[in-house]
Amino acid sequence: MALDPIEQFQIHNLFPIAKIGNTEIAFTNSAAFMLAAVIGLTLFLLAATAGKNLVPTRLQSAAEIAYEFVATTVRSTAGAEGMTFFPFVFTIFMFVLALNMFGLIPFAFTVTSHIIITAALALTVFFTVLIYGLMRHGLRFFKLFVPKGVPVYLLPLIVAIEVLSFLSRPISHSVRLFANMLAGHIALQVFAGFIILLGGALGAIGWIGGAVPFAIIVALLALETLVAFLQAYVFAILTCIYLNDAIHPGH
Amino acid sequence: MSGDARGQGDRKEPPDDEAVLSARLQRLGERLASASRPSENGSGPRQTADRSAFARGFRLSSELVAGVAVGAFIGWLIDRWLGLSPWGLVVFLLLGFAAGILNVMRAAGIVRERDLND
Repeated sequence: MALDPIEQFQIHNLFPIAKIGNTEIAFTNSAAFMLAAVIGLTLFLLAATAGKNLVPTRLQSAAEIAYEFVATTVRSTAGAEGMTFFPFVFTIFMFVLALNMFGLIPFAFTVTSHIIITAALALTVFFTVLIYGLMRHGLRFFKLFVPKGVPVYLLPLIVAIEVLSFLSRPISHSVRLFANMLAGHIALQVFAGFIILLGGALGAIGWIGGAVPFAIIVALLALETLVAFLQAYVFAILTCIYLNDAIHPGH
Repeated sequence: MSGDARGQGDRKEPPDDEAVLSARLQRLGERLASASRPSENGSGPRQTADRSAFARGFRLSSELVAGVAVGAFIGWLIDRWLGLSPWGLVVFLLLGFAAGILNVMRAAGIVRERDLND
């Protein structure tokens, strides 16, 4: 069982919550980790901002670094007007970061390794862009699909390509985060399985030889920590880039 | 902090040359400008986002696949609804491929987001 690298991604029902028709809605391990991430983040931010010291404590400066980091990202990609969406981007970034980091704890469940989660987040961003862009700019929002300086006879083709490119955004947005987390965790599990295989097959010599995959796991875990952060950042920055289109479509 | 300390250290020794001082001031100005630039410049963070080559390669491939997948899906839907099989799939697969290439070029920075056109 420990040798199955996919087993870690299985959803278990913890207890049922409600029943709609014949479909039972259960509280799953995925939901538990999401809840843990939300509670953890809320407690962290509440505790960090409770003091409001001029000279920040360690906790407060951690929260300030997170704020500054996301604020700089939003301002640099979506401009000063993009700060309207700061709470949205900050929430997404911290949520994804927390889920990615929780997933690195041994035996923990990685919520972001399920495409349904990342797709839901990406679609939220997609529809936010669409609805906000239409509300703010009306039909001028569709100038997004009409690049300037294109000859009229090429326009139908170009617009079709631009629309498809726009529609493909939530796919690449969600697949990137999901596949990175999935691949990383499978790699970790596979190398961990090597240790058990070696130990089981060769006895004492095998356990000593297991030091090699173990060293690889340590290195991989460091890499995965980087990937966990980087993918949360990439997810947030792509959100900003897409929101930028909703704010300034006619560019 | 280190900048302050260096500034005080510099002040102790007499400014032997006016030109040296102005050159130093200019350098400081440049450093300050480059430090404050990221808040206005849009192109900075995109490079840092793709720091590792693996992440970059992955990003580009997923962009291409996403374009083709959306094209294929829309073509398939059109075939189903309008009974045009196989023309919807043929046309939209090609369009999706073009959109995927466009995505990749945008992600790689060969074509800037949109403002290069005007």
